[in-house]
Amino acid sequence: MKRFADMYWRLDSTTKTNEKVAAMCDYFTQAPPHDAAWAISILSGRKIRQLVPSRLLRQWAAEEAGIPDWLFEESYSSVGDLAETISLVVPPGESVSDTSLVGWIENKLLPLRPLTPEQQHDAVVEIWQQTDPAMRFVVMKLITGGLRVGVSKALVTRALAQASGISSETIAHRLMGDWEPNAEFFHRVVDPNEGDTQISRPYPFCLAHPIEQATSPDRDGGAKQAAEIAAVLGETTDFAAEWKWDGIRGQIIRREGETFLWSRGEDLMENRWPEIEDAASLLPNGTVIDGEILACAIDQDGNTAEVLPFSQLQRRIGRKRVGKKLLKEVPVVFHAFDLMEVSGNDIRQQPFRERRRQLQQVLNPIRHPNLCVTELIDGNDWLQWATVRETSRERHSEGLMLKRWDSVYDVGRVRGTWWKWKVQPYTIDAVLIYAQRGHGKRASLYTDYTFALWDEGNLVPVAKAYSGLDDAEIRKVDRFVRQNTSESFGPVRSVTPELVFEIAFEGISQSTRHKSGVATRFPRILRWRHDKRAEDANQLSDLKALLPDG
Amino acid sequence: MSIIQHSNLLQNTERGLYCPAGDFYVDPKRPVKRAVITHAHSDHARWGCEHYLSSTAGEHLVRMRLSPDAEFDFLRYGETITHHGVKVTLFPAGHILGSAQVRLEHNGRVAVVAGDYKLGPDSTCASWEPVPCDLFVTESTFALPVYRWRDQTEIFAEVNAWWKASAEEDKCCLLYGYAVGKSQRLLAGLDASIGPIYTHGAVEKGVAAYRASGVELPETIYVGEVERKADFRGAMVVAVPSAHGTPWMRRFGKVSAAMASGWMMVRGTRRRRAADRGFVLSDHVDWATTLKAIELCDPEQVWVHHGYSAILARYLQSIGRDAVALDQAERRDENEDDEIDQAEANA
Repeated sequence: MKRFADMYWRLDSTTKTNEKVAAMCDYFTQAPPHDAAWAISILSGRKIRQLVPSRLLRQWAAEEAGIPDWLFEESYSSVGDLAETISLVVPPGESVSDTSLVGWIENKLLPLRPLTPEQQHDAVVEIWQQTDPAMRFVVMKLITGGLRVGVSKALVTRALAQASGISSETIAHRLMGDWEPNAEFFHRVVDPNEGDTQISRPYPFCLAHPIEQATSPDRDGGAKQAAEIAAVLGETTDFAAEWKWDGIRGQIIRREGETFLWSRGEDLMENRWPEIEDAASLLPNGTVIDGEILACAIDQDGNTAEVLPFSQLQRRIGRKRVGKKLLKEVPVVFHAFDLMEVSGNDIRQQPFRERRRQLQQVLNPIRHPNLCVTELIDGNDWLQWATVRETSRERHSEGLMLKRWDSVYDVGRVRGTWWKWKVQPYTIDAVLIYAQRGHGKRASLYTDYTFALWDEGNLVPVAKAYSGLDDAEIRKVDRFVRQNTSESFGPVRSVTPELVFEIAFEGISQSTRHKSGVATRFPRILRWRHDKRAEDANQLSDLKALLPDG
Repeated sequence: MSIIQHSNLLQNTERGLYCPAGDFYVDPKRPVKRAVITHAHSDHARWGCEHYLSSTAGEHLVRMRLSPDAEFDFLRYGETITHHGVKVTLFPAGHILGSAQVRLEHNGRVAVVAGDYKLGPDSTCASWEPVPCDLFVTESTFALPVYRWRDQTEIFAEVNAWWKASAEEDKCCLLYGYAVGKSQRLLAGLDASIGPIYTHGAVEKGVAAYRASGVELPETIYVGEVERKADFRGAMVVAVPSAHGTPWMRRFGKVSAAMASGWMMVRGTRRRRAADRGFVLSDHVDWATTLKAIELCDPEQVWVHHGYSAILARYLQSIGRDAVALDQAERRDENEDDEIDQAEANA
């Protein structure tokens, strides 16, 4: 247990991902398998239900500390955490003894629940006598059911991969589904024979290259841009055009009667998109599809209708389980745009034209509202596509994707096969009002900014942005922040509203969570407007005018 | 506010603790004519008084921190002077170098103002000793049962182990403590065989005053006198907390930063500080030693200020002591010192 508690405190004392992974990796390398299995269970967020009522714990802790109840409560309110208060207030144990994590959980902690309060009292007091504050904190967190460790499942997966030398895809596969935290489970997780997991193995994603456009405004009908693009890409006949959707990139794998849905972050998404998993179960075995998960309306006949804005999809992101109500309000559809495997054969080296044909062939017989082939956009010349592209925003798309008909399915971001031709971002001039120190390379410099717009004479925060300035500019702003701080709230400095920046963003939606009533998507600094004073910045109403109707 | 008074020996006023019989203040909050000060921290030794009395042991620190225009008298621990019939004696408080408990005696009544104090060993200052009295005025910065100090040798062992481990990774250690008192106590506990020890400007001033007072400290190098591209790998830099995250710390390359303070006992505070490590080392009494000190002095009445005053007073009442809270506000952090450190660092 001491080993586990030590790891907990290592994780707790750092915000650096690498150090967190190293702490877990060390643990998995050293711990006995059964302990390691329990650690995976706890780290990946599985909860042990509260074992002893906290009312009783508070009462007993006050008794053991020899203090009146009110003084325990004062201590609790000062510390703000029950397990921690108990760990500090109760005198440290005399005979600190240690057994394995398994020994603790299975022989000491889980058996607490069915006991009578008197029996629980004796057992808990005995635990206190055997623990110092650091270990007692972790034990009490397990007893109160509140041990939260700031690591994601993906990080646990990475640590296990590092500790075992097995690929993280395999680990992710083995952590899926239901399992009991026992030694046998841990052996299975780190088994060097990866044959079992071949069926879930995804292909690396092919990524698109951005088209950097010199001419900006879209408002001339796109003629200049069309000419510019023609110069770079050549003939339109060599390209297919699709909408560039703003959702979650995904890969559906259907093999041996099982379905696996991967995100681009190599995260195996389980139970999060049940309607897509349902549709995917209709695919023939040996099929792998690339596409985008989008919030979509479904019409009365059960057909896929228009794509909904990203803010709708956001309501489902991050939910491990999705409730019925949300499923109904925000249905999702997998817009398939490529096929990597068919009948168990890897076809990535075949030209896109051929893959697209086979994709249609595979999906045509499947009539399911939550799985469709993304549409191709007609067009004979660049101007036509440039014109269509101008309607992207109203379709909740980010622009166009241009794919060479003869291109293979590449690994990573390879220049020349897939291009993303995004619409120009929205821009607005906003005033810097808050600054916070950055992380990593930028730690100790003020690099995280909050920007505001005018609303009836007041500055209302509308966006936070972290990037877009070069190092020299960052240093200048840093100096400005230090010299013009009017107030500090924790790490945040409120600065004299003086500096104006042009902020670019991809989208805007209404929000009840933001003071301004609107949320911007991907805000970033385009440039420092040295030529503008704070009072020249935009009004909040200018930003709200960009809101889509309804 | 109703006047809290103990015979004509001590009275709690807006300007601080006042001795009506002797017409002087102890640690006044505002400029007054005559002040007895317990120690050199800025929330106790304030500018603007005409005359100060403090301990001989703390002379260098007091002179460093206060205007040279004032008049000073210094008194050895245990020596007594009489002022308007009030006998004034100073006893060690164990808080920092020269920190004193002020014992006042008049008409057979005795009051002791402990100032900030701690029990237990500290090689950089004289140890607290109990002074029997009728009225005991105690601080309550850490007067909650959650604060329980461990033996300082264990803490120094942890600090040195951290330094050693960081040095092996070629990192530079930054250890934060208040400029006067904590920093020098830390320096005294460092194992100088691990590597070179550097000091921040504000700390270096305190170090000079400590050395001038005859306190033995390991050899230190003032960062300001080192060439800019110096190699700080494996070194220890003792600095003030306000230096954390400033451009000043960039020169040290890869660092591991730690804060040494009693506040580090609580996880939330540790995490807010954003240092890599927190060492629980305090120059104040914790819960148990507060009670022990009161037991040993066994006063008729206890006045509580500077911290969890109401809580400690209520607890003392519950165990049958006459106790009064002088203030309601909690001392959230030792920030007042911090500001001075900042000012000196920028000077």
